[in-house]
Amino acid sequence: MQMTSVVTTENLSFRFNGVEILSDIAFTLEKGEFLGIVGPNGSGKTTLIRLLLGLIKPTGGMVTIFGQSGDVFREWRKIGYLPQKIAAFNPHFPATVEEIVALGLLSGKSFPRRVARGDRKSIEDAMALLDITSIRHKLIGELSGGQQQRVLIAKALVAGPELLILDEPTTALDPEGRERFFATLKNLNGDRGVTIIMITHDIGTIGLHASKLLYLDKTLVFFGSFDDFCLSTDMTDYFGEHSQHVICHRHDT
Amino acid sequence: MDFLDLFSHGFIQRALLAGSFIAALCSALGTFLVLRRLSLIGDGLAHVTFGGVAVGLLFQAYPFYVAVPIVAASALGILKLIDKARLYGDAAIGIVSSLGIAGGILIASVAGGFNIDLFSYLFGNILAISYAEVWTSVLLCLCLIIVITLSYQELLAITFDEESAKTSGIRTDRINRILVLLTALTVVLAMRVVGIMLVSALLIIPAVTALQFARGFRTTIMISCLTGILSVLAGITISFALDLPAGATIVLVNFALFLLSFTCARLRTRNATRRPPDTA
Repeated sequence: MQMTSVVTTENLSFRFNGVEILSDIAFTLEKGEFLGIVGPNGSGKTTLIRLLLGLIKPTGGMVTIFGQSGDVFREWRKIGYLPQKIAAFNPHFPATVEEIVALGLLSGKSFPRRVARGDRKSIEDAMALLDITSIRHKLIGELSGGQQQRVLIAKALVAGPELLILDEPTTALDPEGRERFFATLKNLNGDRGVTIIMITHDIGTIGLHASKLLYLDKTLVFFGSFDDFCLSTDMTDYFGEHSQHVICHRHDT
Repeated sequence: MDFLDLFSHGFIQRALLAGSFIAALCSALGTFLVLRRLSLIGDGLAHVTFGGVAVGLLFQAYPFYVAVPIVAASALGILKLIDKARLYGDAAIGIVSSLGIAGGILIASVAGGFNIDLFSYLFGNILAISYAEVWTSVLLCLCLIIVITLSYQELLAITFDEESAKTSGIRTDRINRILVLLTALTVVLAMRVVGIMLVSALLIIPAVTALQFARGFRTTIMISCLTGILSVLAGITISFALDLPAGATIVLVNFALFLLSFTCARLRTRNATRRPPDTA
């Protein structure tokens, strides 16, 4: 089967105020893959995603996304993005759940961007998928952290993206919500072929779901399958035998 | 003179008409600014307006026309400082604001003070509103309605989360520029109604009042506009009836409406917490 590259980075680097945040990142993600990005705090995970999305410009190297250079990429409807900063929510923000989910459709529209009557089904489907139909008229600020997260995931999914980028999406979810969330991702990735990139701190859990693992620590430490990660002697040197065993044992169970 | 006879006078009609349009402008723009935590941009731009008025008085030009380009450039300057110098919004507003005040004081000092003229701009003089200002406020209001109608979804997206809006392909820089330029023009217009010192009240208080009742983004903007218009109409009427300064009265009516809405919202929340919580 011929693979189609969705994201490719070559020697990608980013410096800010003279400080090296990321250097020499090179990897390719094929269509239908599920990539888990892991690494310690401050390792550059969110910076990498912001570079992929064109929110910041690289100081070196390049990003290719759906075959186009990141500088000229404009097919935003192909991407669904869930940012990390749910805690920054204004608790008095006056938009309803339905209004927020509908915002996810704007990427596929040209000026003047309007949510049309024909978009209703997509909004209904996204809300049903995330089980938020019953709270559609509630204000986003009135919801619990887990509910807000589900609303934002529905917003990221509503346009039917081919690539879903999630920055620590499970932090506000309880164990049951987390399980349901991963089941949704499995459905999107396995059945609908959506390519997924997800930042997380939990290597053990992402190892159960992702087809590829990218370990960052200001540079690319590891890129490959979780099984290769567990067998890698480089990773044994990096983590120590005990830590690697703990991570991989959790995966085995 | 009968109280109702007041409303037959041209200057009162102009005051009510221009005041209502300016109140609607301020309230609609204020909703976006408050939610984006840029509430004090109105205050900052009003301070720059002071500098602009001083320049106008110095050169004996009509201060409104001199203040408009200066305030518009300052508004864009605030955006540049936030974007390029990576300053926090309040810090950028603070820098531009103090620069405006400093410039105004310096010019007033060099010119030997403008006394009465400058005073009327600082505290507003709603009776001096000209027909040109009435028409400018109507025109600006129409511009704002067009911008909000055409860009409603983009404005909502940017107000909710600017970074996510960028990943939807929305030109956030363009929308931001339009928003601050409209704010700049509105602030200059509003200085006649409430004065430079109180102009930010027209931007902030109606929006905050509306947020107490908000059940959706569109309704919030509408409630904010209605509150702003109501406070200007009531404020002007009360100020004439009781011989009080119009600008200050408008602001106090605004605050009374906020207090009322805040109390109602707290009572509603208290009643709601007595019901079983909604879990999902």
